[in-house]
Amino acid sequence: MSEKIRSVVLAGVGGQGILLASEVLARAAMIAGYDVKTNEVHGMAQRGGSVIAQVRYGPEVYSPLVARKSALVLGALEQIEALRFADLLAPDGLAVVNAQAIVPVTVSMGAAKYPQDIESRLWKAFPKLIYLKAAEMAKDLGNIQAANIVLLGAVSQGLDLPDEAWQEAIAASVKEKFRELNLKAFEAGRSLV
Amino acid sequence: MSGNAAIARGAYEAGVTVGTGYPGTPSTEILENLARYAPEVYCEWSPNEKVAFEVAAGASLGGARSIVTMKHVGLNVAADPLMTLSYITVEGGLVACVADDPGMHSSQNEQDTRNYARFARVPLFEPSDSQEAKDFMKLAMEISEKYKTPVILRSTTRVSHSRSLVAQEERRAPGTVGLVKNPSRFVPIPVWGRPMRQRLEERLVLLKKEAEASPANRIEWRDRKLGIITSSIAYQYVREVWPEASVLKLGFSYPFPDALINQFASGIERLLVVEELDDILEQHVKSLGYAAAGRKFVPGIGELSIDRLRASRAKLEGCEMPQDEPSPFSQDLPPRPPVLCPGCPHRGVFYALGKHDVVVTGDIGCYSLGAFKPLDRMDSILCMGAGISMAHGLEKAGEPRKVVGIVGDSTFFHSGITGLLDIGYNRGRSTIIVLDNRTTAMTGHQDHPGTGRTLSGEPTKALSIEEFGRACGIDRVLTQDPYDLDATLEAISGELEADAPSLIVFRAPCPLKERKRVGMRRVVNPELCKGCKLCLKLACPAIEYQGELPVINPIFCAGCGLCEQVCPAGAISTEGKP
Repeated sequence: MSEKIRSVVLAGVGGQGILLASEVLARAAMIAGYDVKTNEVHGMAQRGGSVIAQVRYGPEVYSPLVARKSALVLGALEQIEALRFADLLAPDGLAVVNAQAIVPVTVSMGAAKYPQDIESRLWKAFPKLIYLKAAEMAKDLGNIQAANIVLLGAVSQGLDLPDEAWQEAIAASVKEKFRELNLKAFEAGRSLV
Repeated sequence: MSGNAAIARGAYEAGVTVGTGYPGTPSTEILENLARYAPEVYCEWSPNEKVAFEVAAGASLGGARSIVTMKHVGLNVAADPLMTLSYITVEGGLVACVADDPGMHSSQNEQDTRNYARFARVPLFEPSDSQEAKDFMKLAMEISEKYKTPVILRSTTRVSHSRSLVAQEERRAPGTVGLVKNPSRFVPIPVWGRPMRQRLEERLVLLKKEAEASPANRIEWRDRKLGIITSSIAYQYVREVWPEASVLKLGFSYPFPDALINQFASGIERLLVVEELDDILEQHVKSLGYAAAGRKFVPGIGELSIDRLRASRAKLEGCEMPQDEPSPFSQDLPPRPPVLCPGCPHRGVFYALGKHDVVVTGDIGCYSLGAFKPLDRMDSILCMGAGISMAHGLEKAGEPRKVVGIVGDSTFFHSGITGLLDIGYNRGRSTIIVLDNRTTAMTGHQDHPGTGRTLSGEPTKALSIEEFGRACGIDRVLTQDPYDLDATLEAISGELEADAPSLIVFRAPCPLKERKRVGMRRVVNPELCKGCKLCLKLACPAIEYQGELPVINPIFCAGCGLCEQVCPAGAISTEGKP
């Protein structure tokens, strides 16, 4: 039974919009008729720290948390956060990584270094990788804030949910005035090669 | 629906008319969700959990169904009313919703609330997902009212903050309210209290029978070779790690449903108990005479997970878990700990305290992040209010350095006032700082007695911290804008030198709550910057530095201007200026 459960991990830095992306994904899975469980981080962990949201769907889902090496897709809005949660991705899973570096305070203080070889690390760590400039794509569409939905569009390539479920989920999750923008942002990510 | 939203929905459907609480991760959203059902439900943030519990108890004595919400450590504060309410009994159902935090995601300890159920001799419900959270709330309310006992509904971080599908039902019509005078029931002076003590034990016998027949407890017979007794979120992990095993799933777990445990244990070959945190079920099952495995295979520290239970399974079956090497590409990643946000009004105060050789006793809130380097200006944290009282104790013990106590605004009202009263009364000399950001920030911006707004958004009196300070006997009371660094430095120096206790209120609203910048964005002029790195001592996430000159990330900069005030070279200024 458990092999029929699809797990997705979305990661980033507090404030990047990971939680909205996971909400859209969960809603799309629900619209497609699946049992869904999600988990997100609150409180202390949101103050600029690493943020991870986990979504699991299937005929019947038990644990809301994703086990190691079991996620179909790992989507990350920040590069080192992709590597931080790499262990959750299945060996043949798809990684979708936004080409953005947010320098942690530990680096600015000189206590740690931001890996300079990040791009080559990503290509080595993830056999199946979509490396995209979600922020710039969102900016071109009119609002940099939609980077999370561009990323989600690319994430959707690794999942088996139908177009209509995604569109309905986006419409239900964002404010009317941002609907068009987010639908376009999603499509940009989904059609990315 | 999240577990917390489902608990609130359950309370609504159960006909609850009064909800109280104090914010605390992971419990906060229960009351926030219940408040959406106003005016059918009256909800309030009380100053602390003890008050919240007593308000709910009062409502219940009058016949209203009520809930009170808090995190695990909050129940320590509310333990006093809990322990005796089980004696004097309730009239309308009362359910205390307490959320534990295994793994300490957002807490200072990892205590297991299930111990309180046994301690106070009250029934305990433990949902394992959102549907159960709603259903168990309604069951708990029925049990509470039927047996006139307060009930604990225990959630955990992963139940409260996971979302799953929930079927909704109609609301039960609330009953009438009016306290029926009955002193021998409600007044536990010894002559009436002793019979209450007797009745408490008699009630537990009846409750055990109730638990044994409850739909919240069930046996799932599968393969009889291994039987697992489990509860709460651990059930979900068990189903994925041992899909073939028989399971006794406990949702109404105290009083222990012994008949069910006997039936289950005698129907299987090997018995395993899987529970998060303390080995409460395991010890009880063993006390019934069964050879149960538990803590030997299942970790008792931190939260459980599929991966940890897979290791337990391997150990139980006597095989070695294959050691997965972590990806070599994930090695030596820079950590990204939580930090004070850009524009946080607390930052300058910690920076200023860094100029003095003082001891700082801290408190629970965002400002606990001031303990990290490079700010590194907090020496202890115990519990809410202790920032003030511990400063006093250290000072009285003869600490040679001056002692500074720090609390937040919400924490001050929670339990700081009594500590300050102690300083005023017992001739203390500590300098107490209130970091007043006009909200309960860490838990997601809840109102409190100082904000001038209630949980339901009505305007109310904004109670003054300064007036409380004077009423507590503190003569030196100052109010200061923490974004003005020179004045902040001066205020702290001045009060440290004084030979009397003082209270400094640093007041500026949390920019995260206000959702706007404090001022104009700052930029570094690379021609003036000497690379002295003084600005990095502020630990501002907007100031990025990778070895050459600091750069201010315009997306994050909140325009508080502290870096400009710290920079000795005048290299930092607002955009557009030279």
